[in-house]
Order: sequence, then structure tokens, then C-alpha cells
Amino acid sequence: MKPLIAVGPGSRIALGIAFFILFFLVWAAATFGGFVSKTFLADPVTMVRSGYDLLANQGFAFDIGMTVWRVLGGFAIAAVLAVPLGVLMGAYKPVEAFFEPFVSFARYLPASAFIPLLILWAGIGEAQKLAVIFIGSFFQLVLMIAVSVGNTRRDLVEAAYTLGAGDRGIVTRVLMPSSAPEIAETLRMVLGWAWTYVIVAELIGASSGIGHMITDSQALLATDQIIFGIIVIGLIGLVTDFAFKAFNRKLFPWAQLGR
Amino acid sequence: MSILEITRVAKTFPGANGGTVALQATDLSVQENDFITVLGPSGCGKSTLLRMVAGLDTPTTGSIELDGRPVLGPGADRGMVFQSYTLFPWLTVLQNVCFGLREKGMPLSDQHDLARQFIGKVGLEGFESHFPKQLSGGMQQRTALARALANNPRILLMDEPFGALDHQTRELMQELLEGIWEAERKTVLFVTHDIDEAIFMANRVVVMSARPGRIKCDLPVAIDHPRHYSVKTKPVFSDLKARLTEEIRVEVQRAIGMLALAA
Repeated sequence: MKPLIAVGPGSRIALGIAFFILFFLVWAAATFGGFVSKTFLADPVTMVRSGYDLLANQGFAFDIGMTVWRVLGGFAIAAVLAVPLGVLMGAYKPVEAFFEPFVSFARYLPASAFIPLLILWAGIGEAQKLAVIFIGSFFQLVLMIAVSVGNTRRDLVEAAYTLGAGDRGIVTRVLMPSSAPEIAETLRMVLGWAWTYVIVAELIGASSGIGHMITDSQALLATDQIIFGIIVIGLIGLVTDFAFKAFNRKLFPWAQLGR
Repeated sequence: MSILEITRVAKTFPGANGGTVALQATDLSVQENDFITVLGPSGCGKSTLLRMVAGLDTPTTGSIELDGRPVLGPGADRGMVFQSYTLFPWLTVLQNVCFGLREKGMPLSDQHDLARQFIGKVGLEGFESHFPKQLSGGMQQRTALARALANNPRILLMDEPFGALDHQTRELMQELLEGIWEAERKTVLFVTHDIDEAIFMANRVVVMSARPGRIKCDLPVAIDHPRHYSVKTKPVFSDLKARLTEEIRVEVQRAIGMLALAA
């Protein structure tokens, strides 16, 4: 091993999988070896079995669908509003001066602390879940997008001006395309955070969803089901992240060159 | 006929102690179809002067007029090639060259025809669908030149466009630009600190003093066109080079503090 020397694609995958195997081995050793009480931590085999039972007999697939729908719905609303506002803030400094202080403040308001308030306002229905995710992701998105747009290389903007671009052209033909890969990367990252908010919202007040299943299982001391639920969240997160990354690479081939 | 008229233009950048004077009141008049190089040590305000002509900086005092109309901001009538690589990385070579044409509202097929012509002139046929990152520095600057020329500006402003290239590539780029100028006779204002470059391409060399910059002398280059690269070894070239070397040397010494400021 030498610092910063790249690893081949084959050994990269092998190393990544190796740690997953090691993790399961340690877990299996701890549970089957009797080092941890079954009440507190189920073993991997039981976990997989009850996971199958959840999916086959208890309609867990519906819960997964509900959670995915909530995340995507809330996130989509946040993104549709945050992208234009972020671009405007990044491009026009007075707009930034108007919104930035409030957005910076709102960003530190913990989305989970809004849940009791949102339950009062919107009940425990879907609107409340969407609102939690919206609050959790909107302000972060706006600020990060504004920074990306504001960091556009000045010399590219100047070159566009000398080619006859007007202010509108600068925004749509320079600022937006140049920051598009970074905006897509921001969306990918914040979508990851949105997953945390939805589960918190479902833990507190919900009649369906992965978080709801986890609270139900807690009452039954079914650690196997809780762990299965957590792993499902992790897997969905991993898959969407990979899909998002692949999509970004496909959409912005120029941003990958020479990396 | 004079197309660019720079009158008593000075630039002071704000700061402590009344700011930094980058350029003292400067007059310069550029004739149609002329190729003028502005030669000076680093920090003499020559790039500032060019940026003010482009409309990217505003003069503190004085006025700049193009075809009798005051320059108030950047525009397509003053094309510019920068020292840094300013191709849009998300556009291909062809799309980069079309950038200004699209801004003018030209139909796409006309944009492509015109862009291909200029891509041919800078010798980049076959690279139309390459992205800037897939090109060498010299190729990127040739694309930038094609992009500026395709827009058909009244005057082409060049801010040390070959400064980041290696010596051999730079010489080839100078020959390419010289050839294009001889064919098109586009009016060019070219800023450089390289004496050979200044003489080889220009009809007039304007020498600037160290900061605060002012025009120190303005010399015609009496070498006939077309110019072959071998003119660099001719007596007329070396005489002018010797003269300019003396002029610049004193300024560089002043700039780096090796010579007391002349009263």
C-alpha cells in the first residue's frame, strides 16, 4: 500500500464485499456463540427468516412502498421548489441577501422537532410525512445549490459576455449548465438525508411504513424484525444512491472527463 | 480609419491609501485592420486596459469608443481570447464555437456551417464533437480563437492567449494567428509580455511602463506580410528586438525594485 495510489476495479469490489462478509461473521459469532442474549440481538439466520415472513405473510412490501413513496414525494416537492430558488440566489446577489439569512437559520431547525407541531396541524396522515421531509431537505438544498451556482468560474461568465450573451443567457447558458453536475450531486446527498427524516416521522406517528413496522416490532421485542427493517432501509438507500450516481454520470459525461 | 479610440483612460483599484493605480491616463487609437501588440512587464496594467476595452472593467476616468460609440459593457462586437482556458466544459468544440452565433439567434444549420469553417481555419477538423477536457492546451486556445472569430467581432482582443502554452506550441500558434490575420485582416489588440511574439505578429508594438502603467513608446514594425517564421532571424527583427529588450528591461528592473524610481 502506498498513499493515494488507486486500487484496481476488481480488488475494489472484492474489498468492499469482504467487509460485509466480515461484519456478518462477527454478528453471527456474537449471537450463535451465546455472547449476546437473544432478547437483545437476533442472529442473522432468524433475521432473514422473519424478514421472509414479514414480506410473504405480513404485507411488509406495502410498508416499504409507502415509505419509498413518502420519501420520493416529499423530496420531489422540495427539489422542484429549491432548485429554482437556489439558482436565483446563486445568480442574483440581492435575492441571496434577501433569503440567505433566513434559510441559513431555518436549516438548523431540526426537522424531527417539527413532528409534534406538524401532527397538530396535519394529523398523522401523508401530508405530515411529506412536510417533515420537505422541511428537512428544502433549506439544505437551497443553500447548497446557491453556493454551487455562485461558485461558477468567473472567466467562463466573462467569456460568455464577450460572445454577446445577455444576463438571461448568462444564467441559462452558463451558470445553470456549469453547476448542473454539482446540483445533481447535492440532490443525491440530500435524498440520503431525507431517508432519515421519513423513518423518524414514521416512528412517531404512522399507521404504515418501515418506521411503523419497527415501532410495532419493538413492542413485541422482535429484534429480528427491527434489524431486518433497518437493513431494508440501508439497501434501498444504497440502490437509489447507485442509481443516482449512474444517472449523473450518464447525464454529465463532460464532468467525468479527466477526473 | 480609427475604429477604437481610447482617451485619457485611467484605472485605480480601490484600497487603502487611496487605492492602487493600475493604469495612468492612457491614449491609444487603433486603426481598422491593424494588429497592435501591447508589450509590458507583469502588473503594468496592460490586461486591465484590454479588459476595459472588452467592457469587463470600467475605467476610473477617461473614455473608450468603438466606432464612435462609447463602450459601456461587454458585447459581441469585441471578441476576446483569454489567457486561461475558457471553453465551456459542458459543450463540445462545435457547440463552443456556436455559442455566440446561437446568442445572435442564427438558425442551427447556419451556425454549424459557419462554425465548421472556423474550426477548419484553426486546423481542428475531426475534433468537432470532442469536449474541451479531451483537448491539449494549444487545441483549446485554437478553439477559443475560432469561437471568437466566428462571432465576427469588430475587434479581436487577446489577453496573453498563448501564455500558458509551452514555447514550441506558442510559436506554432503565433504562425497560425498570423496566417489567419493575413487572410482576414481582422483588427487585433494583443497583450503580451513576450517580445518575439509582440514583434512577429504586430504592425505596431505599444510598450508599457511598470506599474503604474502608461504607454512608454509606440513603434511600427516595418516587416512585410506575409511573414514567415524565419523573419525572426532577420536583422530588421533583431534590431527591433534589441530596442524593445532595452525598453522592457528597465521597466522590469523598476517593477521588481532593482532600480530606483526615476523622478
